[in-house]
Amino acid sequence: MRKIKSVADLEKWRGDILSKLKLDEVVISVCGGTGCHAYGCKKVRDGFAKATKKNGDDVQKIRLKFTGCRGFCERGPIVTIQPQGIFYQKVQEQDVSVILSETVGKGKILEHLLYEDAVTKRKLISEKEIPFYKAQHRLVMGNNGLIEPSKIEDYIGIGGYQALSKALLAMKPEEIIHEMKASGLRGRGGAGFPTGKKWEDCRNASGDIKYIICNCDEGDPGAYMDRSLLEGNPHSVLEGMIIGAYAIGGGHGYIYVRHEYPLACKNAETAITQARKAGLLGKNILGSDFSFDVEIAKGGGAFVCGESTALIASIEGKVGEPRGKQVHTVTRGLWGKPMNLNNVETWANVPLIINKGSHWFSSIGTEKSKGTKIFSLVGKAKNTGLVEVPMGITLKEIIFNIGGGQQNGRKIKAVQTGGPSGGCIPASLFDLPVDFDSLIQAGSMMGSGGMIVMDEGTCMVDVAKYFVHFLQEESCGKCLPCREGLKRMGEILDRITEGKGNEEDLSLLEELAEVVADTSLCGLGKTAPNPVLSALRYFRPEFEAHIHQKRCPAGVCMPLIQYSISESDCTGCGACAKICPTHAIKGEKKQSHLILAEICSKCGSCIDVCKANAVMVQ
Amino acid sequence: MERKTVNVTIDGRSLDVEVGSTILLAAREFGIHIPTLCYMDHLSPYGGCRLCVVEITDNGGGKSFIDTSCTHEVKEGIEIQTKSARIIRARKMLAELLVTSAPNVKMAQDIAARMGLLKVRFPMEDNRCILCGLCIRMCYEQMDGKALGFVGRGMGRKVSMPFEVRPETCRLCRGCDYVCPGMMIPCQGVTEPGELCGRCVRIEEMPSCCPTGTFGCFCEQNPL
Repeated sequence: MRKIKSVADLEKWRGDILSKLKLDEVVISVCGGTGCHAYGCKKVRDGFAKATKKNGDDVQKIRLKFTGCRGFCERGPIVTIQPQGIFYQKVQEQDVSVILSETVGKGKILEHLLYEDAVTKRKLISEKEIPFYKAQHRLVMGNNGLIEPSKIEDYIGIGGYQALSKALLAMKPEEIIHEMKASGLRGRGGAGFPTGKKWEDCRNASGDIKYIICNCDEGDPGAYMDRSLLEGNPHSVLEGMIIGAYAIGGGHGYIYVRHEYPLACKNAETAITQARKAGLLGKNILGSDFSFDVEIAKGGGAFVCGESTALIASIEGKVGEPRGKQVHTVTRGLWGKPMNLNNVETWANVPLIINKGSHWFSSIGTEKSKGTKIFSLVGKAKNTGLVEVPMGITLKEIIFNIGGGQQNGRKIKAVQTGGPSGGCIPASLFDLPVDFDSLIQAGSMMGSGGMIVMDEGTCMVDVAKYFVHFLQEESCGKCLPCREGLKRMGEILDRITEGKGNEEDLSLLEELAEVVADTSLCGLGKTAPNPVLSALRYFRPEFEAHIHQKRCPAGVCMPLIQYSISESDCTGCGACAKICPTHAIKGEKKQSHLILAEICSKCGSCIDVCKANAVMVQ
Repeated sequence: MERKTVNVTIDGRSLDVEVGSTILLAAREFGIHIPTLCYMDHLSPYGGCRLCVVEITDNGGGKSFIDTSCTHEVKEGIEIQTKSARIIRARKMLAELLVTSAPNVKMAQDIAARMGLLKVRFPMEDNRCILCGLCIRMCYEQMDGKALGFVGRGMGRKVSMPFEVRPETCRLCRGCDYVCPGMMIPCQGVTEPGELCGRCVRIEEMPSCCPTGTFGCFCEQNPL
């Protein structure tokens, strides 16, 4: 790899990379995101690699790319073929030879691998036509599909490190901070603190060394956008960090990433090594007198370590526990020195703003929330995956236009945003624009961007219970309200879901939740009651049904439900009796069957096998 | 040497307090009582028990916030409420959480009694350690022993020695025992589970449990 000593060097390198691209080349990109890995994309990629090697002497050149996450994880593994722009989904190992011989060889499009529009039943060829992508605005995520994360050449080929050269040579640190402030970018980690303001505070703080830290300790259940970004485009994060370091006057950087994200660790490590070799990290970057280096700090996977002071403790080698933030971390952070901590997504937005200007960036989004935000849309929607949308888009658009609406005939009733710190927003409020402030007003929050769609088969009491138990396990245990309060809240919710709740439980739960939010030490405890409070605010009747009628309307809470077989619908096929693990179903062939309530373990296996939909839950 | 002071308002009274002092120390200096549990003079503030929370309004900013007075330093012009309705409610709930988890720890009993708690709404447990961390700080900061620390997380948190073996640095000085709230002889007044007698603070009823016949909870070993 060549060492870059000036901007001219960088541009020459870019020119070389671009001139090597052959126009007649077919580029096959296999998505290598975590979701697709689970679907077996590695086998698909290896299949392509083997097959293309065999036909190495083919007239047509094939280039194989193993890209980062493309977002449409529901349909993985995803393969795209350029220049035709064909988008194949759910590709399996056996499809590889067919794709090579038919699509690449003869230019024929394979219908069975195309995405089918659920409404029009039309097969869609390119990514742009698919409704899931159509409504998105993929500024940050978009490059994931174009580059191979382990190749710095790919990133430079698409204009990477251009923002860095602009910032280092054409801008003063103050100008960069001014630009960041003007852009209106707010922290993507969840709290939404203005990034430019934070940078300015850290620049003004006194200290011989300043630390620049990237927070990739993402732990919300159902959220994985930071991970996908660091896995798929680590250089964009790195570039943002170098620009930030120059603006703030930082000398050393850390990428704090949990070790449960092995691919993110690996790709970030590779990116750092490459950038260092290329002279983009280290001493005298791009021939300027600015020096900066980054290293990886691996976390043990504690949820609370995403909180800034706990993260500091973790990097310092102490137990990951928060402390009071009376002195802000921008003035006294890591090892008592000033530090600037931003989320992965925030850093990835920085090169964009420097390249295209704050005016362009601030034209996207709402008045107080600018730019785009990546959400991980999961749960009971038809199309799930990572979506990047401009701020101010309504929940309806995200869930119904991009997400495709309900999955299996059950009406969508709520969406949970912001993970364990957020809350549930009912379907009646789906016209709400998604930005930092309006979500907080609705009793939820943006959080790092988890979005869990819930339908009528989801019990809101059960959801609240799940999040409280999650946080109870993840609480560090330092402060009394979080440690004891969450435990007691969990106990009350357990009681309610077991049908043992009483009238006082709800008011006690509310009082306890408010005190925990008021008095907890760190952000984990302060936001922990949100799932409970928002569920109580919007779905109180469900709680009351559990308490007064001892009934779970969604049919989820085990002790409150009963399985039975409808006599009129049962065909007597016996499939349920065969699958029942406790042998609780009795009945003669071709006659209506019966569930013995005292033996039934309520596992739900019979519902899954019954073709006549005769099994009922009450 | 001239004392540098800042002006703060505590419970409506305008006071000049030394720069660098915490809200707790400033309040104590002027005789304003704020209950504490994990705080001890000459040990670093920990901010774990949250009993010393106060409501702070920063420079007339309108919206107040709650923070622990043991860790929050005074700043010119801040307004502090130590007994607002929000604080009292929070403290009562904290005391209730504390005393249900450790009903046989004297300090927890005293705090609950002073909050006027006579009944708790959660199932009682019988923990002896209230995880205040006093022993750890005593060992670390005063005795230079570095023999104790927290292990585990959340509900599994406990005080322990490295690998549960007494290290050589421990000289058996018993400093940890000395500061431990769980080492004081507890009040025997609790008879029914879920009920607290609280007679020590209701003067008309003299508790039979108090060994010297005086009000044990207000004796010298337990200053407010």
